[in-house]
Amino acid sequence: MGTQALHDLTAAYALDALDPEERREYEAHLARCDRCRDELASLSEASTSLAYAVDAAAPPPQLRERILAAARAERPNVVPLRPRWALPAAATAVVAVAAAIALAVWATSLSGRLDRERAQASDEERVAAILASPDAHPYGVPSGGLLAVTPSGEAALVLTRLAPARHGMTYEAWVAENGRPRPAGTFDAGRDVTAIPLDVPVPRGATVLVTQEKDGGTQVPQHTPFITVKTA
Amino acid sequence: MNKTPPAMARAFAHLSDEAVVALIARSDEQALAELYDRFGRVAYGLALRILRDDALAEDAVQEAFLTAWRRADTFMPERAKASTWLLTLVHRRAVDLVRRENRRRAEPIETAGDRPGDGPADDLVWLRYERERVQAALRQLPDQQREALELAYYGGFTQSELAERLGQPIGTIKSRMFSGLGRLRDLLAEPEPGERTWEPRPSTT
Repeated sequence: MGTQALHDLTAAYALDALDPEERREYEAHLARCDRCRDELASLSEASTSLAYAVDAAAPPPQLRERILAAARAERPNVVPLRPRWALPAAATAVVAVAAAIALAVWATSLSGRLDRERAQASDEERVAAILASPDAHPYGVPSGGLLAVTPSGEAALVLTRLAPARHGMTYEAWVAENGRPRPAGTFDAGRDVTAIPLDVPVPRGATVLVTQEKDGGTQVPQHTPFITVKTA
Repeated sequence: MNKTPPAMARAFAHLSDEAVVALIARSDEQALAELYDRFGRVAYGLALRILRDDALAEDAVQEAFLTAWRRADTFMPERAKASTWLLTLVHRRAVDLVRRENRRRAEPIETAGDRPGDGPADDLVWLRYERERVQAALRQLPDQQREALELAYYGGFTQSELAERLGQPIGTIKSRMFSGLGRLRDLLAEPEPGERTWEPRPSTT
Protein backbone atom coordinates (compact mmCIF):
# COMPACT_ATOMS: atom_id res chain seq x y z
CA MET A 1 0.00 0.00 0.00
CA GLY A 2 1.35 3.46 -0.87
CA THR A 3 2.13 6.04 1.76
CA GLN A 4 -0.79 8.29 0.90
CA ALA A 5 -3.13 5.31 1.02
CA LEU A 6 -1.80 4.56 4.50
CA HIS A 7 -2.28 8.17 5.67
CA ASP A 8 -5.87 7.84 4.50
CA LEU A 9 -6.53 4.95 6.86
CA THR A 10 -6.24 7.06 10.00
CA ALA A 11 -9.95 7.66 10.49
CA ALA A 12 -10.83 4.03 9.79
CA TYR A 13 -8.15 2.92 12.23
CA ALA A 14 -9.50 5.27 14.90
CA LEU A 15 -12.92 3.66 14.39
CA ASP A 16 -11.46 0.12 14.42
CA ALA A 17 -12.80 -0.30 10.88
CA LEU A 18 -9.78 -2.01 9.38
CA ASP A 19 -9.42 -5.72 8.80
CA PRO A 20 -6.47 -7.39 10.56
CA GLU A 21 -4.08 -7.06 7.65
CA GLU A 22 -4.84 -3.40 7.03
CA ARG A 23 -4.50 -2.80 10.77
CA ARG A 24 -1.03 -4.33 10.85
CA GLU A 25 0.11 -2.33 7.85
CA TYR A 26 -1.24 0.86 9.33
CA GLU A 27 0.41 0.25 12.71
CA ALA A 28 3.74 -0.36 11.02
CA HIS A 29 3.27 2.91 9.16
CA LEU A 30 2.25 4.71 12.35
CA ALA A 31 5.56 3.91 13.99
CA ARG A 32 7.30 5.98 11.31
CA CYS A 33 4.82 8.76 10.63
CA ASP A 34 4.57 11.70 13.05
CA ARG A 35 1.79 13.26 11.03
CA CYS A 36 -0.41 10.18 11.38
CA ARG A 37 0.35 9.86 15.09
CA ASP A 38 -0.80 13.42 15.70
CA GLU A 39 -3.86 13.02 13.55
CA LEU A 40 -4.71 9.72 15.15
CA ALA A 41 -4.49 11.24 18.63
CA SER A 42 -7.14 13.82 17.81
CA LEU A 43 -9.36 11.47 15.78
CA SER A 44 -9.22 8.78 18.47
CA GLU A 45 -10.56 11.20 20.98
CA ALA A 46 -13.46 12.01 18.66
CA SER A 47 -14.04 8.36 17.94
CA THR A 48 -14.02 7.45 21.63
CA SER A 49 -16.55 10.16 22.35
CA LEU A 50 -19.03 7.91 20.53
CA ALA A 51 -18.77 5.54 23.49
CA TYR A 52 -20.47 8.17 25.62
CA ALA A 53 -23.39 8.55 23.22
CA VAL A 54 -24.58 5.06 24.15
CA ASP A 55 -26.72 4.66 27.24
CA ALA A 56 -24.35 3.54 29.94
CA ALA A 57 -25.45 0.23 31.43
CA ALA A 58 -24.81 -1.14 34.88
CA PRO A 59 -22.62 -4.21 34.55
CA PRO A 60 -23.50 -7.22 36.71
CA PRO A 61 -22.13 -6.58 40.21
CA GLN A 62 -19.91 -9.66 40.19
CA LEU A 63 -17.93 -8.42 37.17
CA ARG A 64 -15.98 -5.96 39.31
CA GLU A 65 -14.73 -8.61 41.71
CA ARG A 66 -14.02 -11.01 38.86
CA ILE A 67 -11.77 -8.48 37.17
CA LEU A 68 -9.97 -7.63 40.41
CA ALA A 69 -9.49 -11.30 41.25
CA ALA A 70 -8.07 -12.02 37.80
CA ALA A 71 -5.74 -9.03 38.09
CA ARG A 72 -4.58 -10.19 41.51
CA ALA A 73 -3.94 -13.68 40.16
CA GLU A 74 -1.73 -12.28 37.43
CA ARG A 75 0.52 -10.41 39.82
CA PRO A 76 0.34 -12.39 43.04
CA ASN A 77 3.40 -11.21 44.92
CA VAL A 78 4.47 -7.94 43.52
CA VAL A 79 7.22 -6.38 45.55
CA PRO A 80 7.67 -2.79 44.50
CA LEU A 81 11.25 -2.23 43.42
CA ARG A 82 11.24 1.17 45.01
CA PRO A 83 9.10 2.96 47.55
CA ARG A 84 5.73 3.79 46.07
CA TRP A 85 4.92 7.42 46.12
CA ALA A 86 2.01 6.74 48.40
CA LEU A 87 4.45 6.01 51.23
CA PRO A 88 2.72 4.58 54.28
CA ALA A 89 3.72 7.39 56.64
CA ALA A 90 2.72 10.14 54.29
CA ALA A 91 0.20 8.15 52.33
CA THR A 92 -2.96 10.01 53.09
CA ALA A 93 -1.38 13.41 52.91
CA VAL A 94 0.41 12.64 49.68
CA VAL A 95 -2.58 11.18 47.93
CA ALA A 96 -4.66 14.10 49.12
CA VAL A 97 -2.03 16.41 47.72
CA ALA A 98 -2.01 14.73 44.33
CA ALA A 99 -5.79 14.73 44.53
CA ALA A 100 -6.02 18.45 45.05
CA ILE A 101 -3.86 19.12 42.03
CA ALA A 102 -5.44 16.47 39.88
CA LEU A 103 -8.90 17.82 40.54
CA ALA A 104 -8.29 20.79 38.30
CA VAL A 105 -6.98 18.59 35.50
CA TRP A 106 -9.85 16.15 35.92
CA ALA A 107 -12.41 18.96 35.78
CA THR A 108 -10.81 20.33 32.65
CA SER A 109 -10.71 16.99 30.92
CA LEU A 110 -14.38 16.48 31.74
CA SER A 111 -15.31 19.48 29.71
CA GLY A 112 -13.26 18.04 26.88
CA ARG A 113 -11.38 21.21 26.27
CA LEU A 114 -8.01 20.49 27.73
CA ASP A 115 -5.70 22.13 25.26
CA ARG A 116 -2.95 19.59 25.02
CA GLU A 117 -1.00 21.52 22.47
CA ARG A 118 -0.57 24.51 24.74
CA ALA A 119 3.13 25.17 24.97
CA GLN A 120 2.96 26.86 28.34
CA ALA A 121 1.36 24.38 30.66
CA SER A 122 0.49 25.88 34.00
CA ASP A 123 2.57 25.00 37.02
CA GLU A 124 -0.24 22.87 38.36
CA GLU A 125 -0.41 20.89 35.15
CA ARG A 126 3.34 20.41 35.14
CA VAL A 127 3.19 19.13 38.69
CA ALA A 128 0.26 16.85 37.87
CA ALA A 129 2.10 15.47 34.84
CA ILE A 130 5.19 14.71 36.90
CA LEU A 131 3.13 13.06 39.65
CA ALA A 132 1.24 11.04 37.06
CA SER A 133 4.40 9.89 35.34
CA PRO A 134 4.91 6.18 36.02
CA ASP A 135 8.67 6.71 36.00
CA ALA A 136 8.77 9.45 38.60
CA HIS A 137 10.73 8.51 41.70
CA PRO A 138 9.24 9.70 44.99
CA TYR A 139 11.15 10.95 48.02
CA GLY A 140 9.33 11.68 51.23
CA VAL A 141 9.69 15.11 52.81
CA PRO A 142 9.94 14.47 56.56
CA SER A 143 7.91 17.56 57.51
CA GLY A 144 5.09 16.48 55.18
CA GLY A 145 4.91 16.09 51.40
CA LEU A 146 7.07 14.65 48.70
CA LEU A 147 9.57 15.34 45.99
CA ALA A 148 8.92 13.51 42.71
CA VAL A 149 11.72 13.29 40.16
CA THR A 150 11.43 11.83 36.66
CA PRO A 151 14.37 10.02 35.05
CA SER A 152 15.06 13.14 32.97
CA GLY A 153 15.36 15.18 36.17
CA GLU A 154 12.07 17.06 35.96
CA ALA A 155 10.94 17.50 39.51
CA ALA A 156 7.90 18.59 41.48
CA LEU A 157 7.91 19.53 45.13
CA VAL A 158 4.67 19.09 47.03
CA LEU A 159 4.53 20.30 50.62
CA THR A 160 1.78 20.06 53.16
CA ARG A 161 1.42 22.17 56.27
CA LEU A 162 3.67 24.96 55.05
CA ALA A 163 3.07 28.15 57.02
CA PRO A 164 3.12 31.45 55.12
CA ALA A 165 6.60 32.94 54.84
CA ARG A 166 7.50 35.69 57.30
CA HIS A 167 6.68 39.25 56.34
CA GLY A 168 8.96 40.46 53.56
CA MET A 169 10.23 36.96 52.94
CA THR A 170 9.57 34.26 50.37
CA TYR A 171 10.35 30.57 50.08
CA GLU A 172 13.06 29.54 47.68
CA ALA A 173 13.90 26.06 46.42
CA TRP A 174 17.46 25.01 45.57
CA VAL A 175 19.02 22.09 43.79
CA ALA A 176 22.45 21.36 45.20
CA GLU A 177 25.02 19.19 43.48
CA ASN A 178 28.57 18.83 44.81
CA GLY A 179 27.73 21.36 47.51
CA ARG A 180 26.72 24.12 45.07
CA PRO A 181 23.08 25.13 45.33
CA ARG A 182 21.37 26.53 42.24
CA PRO A 183 18.19 28.57 42.61
CA ALA A 184 15.15 26.49 41.52
CA GLY A 185 12.36 28.99 41.97
CA THR A 186 10.63 31.08 44.61
CA PHE A 187 7.15 30.37 45.85
CA ASP A 188 4.60 31.18 48.49
CA ALA A 189 2.73 28.79 50.72
CA GLY A 190 -0.53 27.48 49.25
CA ARG A 191 -3.64 27.29 51.35
CA ASP A 192 -3.56 23.57 52.16
CA VAL A 193 -0.95 22.30 49.81
CA THR A 194 2.00 23.91 48.11
CA ALA A 195 2.91 22.31 44.80
CA ILE A 196 5.60 23.66 42.53
CA PRO A 197 7.61 22.37 39.60
CA LEU A 198 11.33 23.06 40.09
CA ASP A 199 12.91 25.42 37.57
CA VAL A 200 16.09 23.38 37.18
CA PRO A 201 16.51 19.65 36.69
CA VAL A 202 17.42 17.43 39.62
CA PRO A 203 20.29 15.11 38.67
CA ARG A 204 20.71 11.80 40.49
CA GLY A 205 22.31 12.24 43.86
CA ALA A 206 21.48 15.94 44.06
CA THR A 207 19.87 17.46 47.13
CA VAL A 208 16.77 19.64 47.05
CA LEU A 209 16.65 22.35 49.69
CA VAL A 210 14.14 24.97 50.72
CA THR A 211 15.01 28.16 52.56
CA GLN A 212 13.30 31.41 53.43
CA GLU A 213 14.85 34.36 51.66
CA LYS A 214 14.15 38.03 51.21
CA ASP A 215 11.24 38.81 48.88
CA GLY A 216 12.27 38.25 45.28
CA GLY A 217 14.70 35.49 46.18
CA THR A 218 18.48 35.39 45.91
CA GLN A 219 21.12 33.69 43.80
CA VAL A 220 22.91 32.21 46.83
CA PRO A 221 21.07 30.98 49.91
CA GLN A 222 21.43 33.34 52.88
CA HIS A 223 19.49 31.22 55.35
CA THR A 224 19.60 27.72 56.74
CA PRO A 225 17.47 25.22 54.81
CA PHE A 226 14.52 23.89 56.76
CA ILE A 227 13.82 21.19 54.17
CA THR A 228 16.55 18.93 52.82
CA VAL A 229 15.78 16.00 50.55
CA LYS A 230 18.63 13.91 49.21
CA THR A 231 17.94 11.98 46.01
CA ALA A 232 19.49 8.65 45.16
CA MET B 1 -10.67 -8.44 51.45
CA ASN B 2 -8.47 -5.41 51.14
CA LYS B 3 -11.07 -2.95 52.30
CA THR B 4 -10.06 0.51 51.28
CA PRO B 5 -9.61 2.90 54.18
CA PRO B 6 -12.14 5.70 53.78
CA ALA B 7 -9.50 8.40 53.59
CA MET B 8 -7.77 6.57 50.76
CA ALA B 9 -10.99 5.94 48.90
CA ARG B 10 -11.88 9.60 49.05
CA ALA B 11 -8.44 10.60 47.88
CA PHE B 12 -8.60 8.22 44.92
CA ALA B 13 -11.91 9.68 43.96
CA HIS B 14 -10.25 13.00 43.25
CA LEU B 15 -7.21 11.76 41.38
CA SER B 16 -7.11 12.41 37.66
CA ASP B 17 -7.70 9.39 35.42
CA GLU B 18 -4.08 9.67 34.32
CA ALA B 19 -2.84 9.51 37.91
CA VAL B 20 -5.03 6.46 38.52
CA VAL B 21 -3.46 4.71 35.54
CA ALA B 22 -0.01 5.65 36.84
CA LEU B 23 -0.88 3.85 40.08
CA ILE B 24 -2.17 0.85 38.14
CA ALA B 25 1.21 0.67 36.43
CA ARG B 26 2.58 0.08 39.93
CA SER B 27 0.27 -2.87 40.45
CA ASP B 28 -2.10 -0.96 42.71
CA GLU B 29 -5.29 -3.00 42.80
CA GLN B 30 -7.30 -0.27 44.43
CA ALA B 31 -6.44 1.99 41.54
CA LEU B 32 -7.73 -0.64 39.13
CA ALA B 33 -10.94 -0.78 41.15
CA GLU B 34 -11.16 3.00 40.96
CA LEU B 35 -10.73 2.96 37.17
CA TYR B 36 -13.45 0.36 36.95
CA ASP B 37 -15.77 2.40 39.15
CA ARG B 38 -15.27 5.38 36.86
CA PHE B 39 -15.59 3.70 33.49
CA GLY B 40 -17.21 0.31 34.08
CA ARG B 41 -20.64 1.62 33.12
CA VAL B 42 -19.51 3.36 29.95
CA ALA B 43 -17.39 0.37 29.02
CA TYR B 44 -20.16 -2.12 29.59
CA GLY B 45 -22.75 0.05 27.83
CA LEU B 46 -20.45 0.30 24.82
CA ALA B 47 -19.63 -3.41 24.75
CA LEU B 48 -23.30 -4.29 25.08
CA ARG B 49 -24.23 -1.93 22.26
CA ILE B 50 -21.71 -3.61 19.98
CA LEU B 51 -22.15 -7.22 21.07
CA ARG B 52 -25.81 -7.24 22.14
CA ASP B 53 -25.13 -10.10 24.48
CA ASP B 54 -24.58 -9.82 28.23
CA ALA B 55 -22.01 -12.58 28.56
CA LEU B 56 -19.94 -11.43 25.57
CA ALA B 57 -20.08 -7.83 26.78
CA GLU B 58 -18.78 -8.91 30.18
CA ASP B 59 -15.95 -10.80 28.51
CA ALA B 60 -14.99 -7.80 26.44
CA VAL B 61 -14.97 -5.49 29.47
CA GLN B 62 -13.02 -7.94 31.59
CA GLU B 63 -10.38 -8.50 28.93
CA ALA B 64 -10.04 -4.78 28.29
CA PHE B 65 -9.50 -4.00 31.98
CA LEU B 66 -6.98 -6.80 32.29
CA THR B 67 -5.16 -5.45 29.27
CA ALA B 68 -5.13 -2.08 31.01
CA TRP B 69 -3.72 -3.78 34.10
CA ARG B 70 -0.92 -5.42 32.12
CA ARG B 71 -0.08 -2.49 29.92
CA ALA B 72 -0.61 0.50 32.16
CA ASP B 73 3.13 1.13 32.09
CA THR B 74 2.96 1.76 28.34
CA PHE B 75 0.26 4.39 28.65
CA MET B 76 1.58 7.80 27.59
CA PRO B 77 -0.39 10.64 29.13
CA GLU B 78 1.08 13.10 26.65
CA ARG B 79 -0.46 11.19 23.74
CA ALA B 80 -3.96 10.39 24.96
CA LYS B 81 -6.36 10.86 27.80
CA ALA B 82 -6.57 7.80 30.05
CA SER B 83 -10.28 7.50 29.29
CA THR B 84 -9.58 7.43 25.54
CA TRP B 85 -6.90 4.80 26.05
CA LEU B 86 -9.16 2.57 28.14
CA LEU B 87 -12.26 2.90 25.98
CA THR B 88 -10.17 2.20 22.89
CA LEU B 89 -9.14 -1.10 24.51
CA VAL B 90 -12.79 -1.89 25.26
CA HIS B 91 -13.89 -1.00 21.75
CA ARG B 92 -11.13 -2.97 20.08
CA ARG B 93 -11.94 -6.03 22.15
CA ALA B 94 -15.68 -5.77 21.51
CA VAL B 95 -15.20 -5.31 17.79
CA ASP B 96 -12.83 -8.27 17.57
CA LEU B 97 -15.37 -10.39 19.44
CA VAL B 98 -18.34 -9.30 17.37
CA ARG B 99 -16.49 -10.09 14.17
CA ARG B 100 -15.47 -13.47 15.45
CA GLU B 101 -18.99 -14.27 16.62
CA ASN B 102 -20.38 -12.79 13.45
CA ARG B 103 -23.07 -11.05 15.45
CA ARG B 104 -23.03 -7.82 13.55
CA ARG B 105 -26.25 -6.15 12.67
CA ALA B 106 -26.97 -2.85 11.09
CA GLU B 107 -30.17 -1.79 12.66
CA PRO B 108 -30.78 1.90 12.95
CA ILE B 109 -28.93 3.34 15.87
CA GLU B 110 -31.00 4.89 18.60
CA THR B 111 -28.20 6.89 20.01
CA ALA B 112 -28.66 10.01 17.94
CA GLY B 113 -30.78 11.37 20.73
CA ASP B 114 -34.36 11.30 19.51
CA ARG B 115 -35.17 11.21 23.18
CA PRO B 116 -32.77 13.51 24.98
CA GLY B 117 -32.48 13.13 28.72
CA ASP B 118 -34.05 9.70 28.56
CA GLY B 119 -31.11 7.84 30.07
CA PRO B 120 -31.27 5.71 33.18
CA ALA B 121 -32.17 7.89 36.12
CA ASP B 122 -29.24 6.75 38.23
CA ASP B 123 -26.65 7.81 35.68
CA LEU B 124 -23.77 9.83 36.99
CA VAL B 125 -24.29 13.46 36.12
CA TRP B 126 -21.12 13.73 34.08
CA LEU B 127 -22.09 10.66 32.03
CA ARG B 128 -25.46 12.14 31.22
CA TYR B 129 -23.81 15.40 30.35
CA GLU B 130 -21.31 13.72 28.05
CA ARG B 131 -24.02 11.64 26.40
CA GLU B 132 -26.15 14.64 25.61
CA ARG B 133 -23.18 16.60 24.35
CA VAL B 134 -22.03 13.86 21.97
CA GLN B 135 -25.55 13.07 20.80
CA ALA B 136 -26.14 16.72 20.02
CA ALA B 137 -22.92 16.82 18.00
CA LEU B 138 -23.86 13.63 16.13
CA ARG B 139 -27.20 15.11 15.15
CA GLN B 140 -25.38 17.93 13.40
CA LEU B 141 -23.43 15.63 11.08
CA PRO B 142 -24.63 15.05 7.54
CA ASP B 143 -26.63 11.78 7.45
CA GLN B 144 -24.13 9.88 5.34
CA GLN B 145 -21.22 10.75 7.58
CA ARG B 146 -23.16 9.84 10.71
CA GLU B 147 -24.19 6.56 9.14
CA ALA B 148 -20.60 5.66 8.30
CA LEU B 149 -19.39 6.46 11.84
CA GLU B 150 -22.20 4.57 13.53
CA LEU B 151 -21.97 1.47 11.37
CA ALA B 152 -18.22 1.31 11.86
CA TYR B 153 -18.04 2.18 15.55
CA TYR B 154 -21.16 0.47 16.89
CA GLY B 155 -21.66 -2.07 14.13
CA GLY B 156 -18.09 -3.31 13.96
CA PHE B 157 -18.02 -3.23 10.17
CA THR B 158 -14.74 -2.79 8.34
CA GLN B 159 -14.43 -0.12 5.70
CA SER B 160 -14.52 -2.75 2.95
CA GLU B 161 -17.68 -4.30 4.36
CA LEU B 162 -19.25 -0.87 4.58
CA ALA B 163 -18.40 -0.11 0.99
CA GLU B 164 -20.10 -3.29 -0.09
CA ARG B 165 -23.09 -2.86 2.19
CA LEU B 166 -23.71 0.74 1.15
CA GLY B 167 -22.85 0.14 -2.50
CA GLN B 168 -20.21 2.86 -2.52
CA PRO B 169 -16.57 2.93 -3.61
CA ILE B 170 -14.22 2.42 -0.70
CA GLY B 171 -12.75 5.88 -1.23
CA THR B 172 -16.18 7.36 -0.55
CA ILE B 173 -16.47 5.43 2.70
CA LYS B 174 -13.01 6.52 3.80
CA SER B 175 -13.79 10.11 3.10
CA ARG B 176 -17.13 9.95 4.95
CA MET B 177 -15.38 8.51 7.99
CA PHE B 178 -12.63 11.06 7.86
CA SER B 179 -14.92 14.06 7.36
CA GLY B 180 -17.39 12.76 9.93
CA LEU B 181 -14.79 12.20 12.64
CA GLY B 182 -13.08 15.49 11.93
CA ARG B 183 -16.37 17.34 12.08
CA LEU B 184 -17.37 15.54 15.27
CA ARG B 185 -14.06 16.53 16.85
CA ASP B 186 -14.59 20.17 15.91
CA LEU B 187 -18.18 20.18 17.15
CA LEU B 188 -17.12 18.72 20.49
CA ALA B 189 -14.42 21.35 20.83
CA GLU B 190 -16.94 24.20 20.51
CA PRO B 191 -18.36 25.84 23.59
CA GLU B 192 -21.50 24.06 24.64
CA PRO B 193 -24.92 25.55 23.98
CA GLY B 194 -25.52 25.57 27.74
CA GLU B 195 -22.66 27.97 28.14
CA ARG B 196 -23.78 30.22 25.35
CA THR B 197 -27.21 30.69 26.87
CA TRP B 198 -25.52 32.39 29.80
CA GLU B 199 -24.53 35.28 27.57
CA PRO B 200 -26.78 38.28 28.00
CA ARG B 201 -29.20 38.69 25.16
CA PRO B 202 -30.38 42.00 23.79
CA SER B 203 -33.85 42.85 24.95
CA THR B 204 -36.55 42.39 22.35
CA THR B 205 -39.06 44.73 23.93
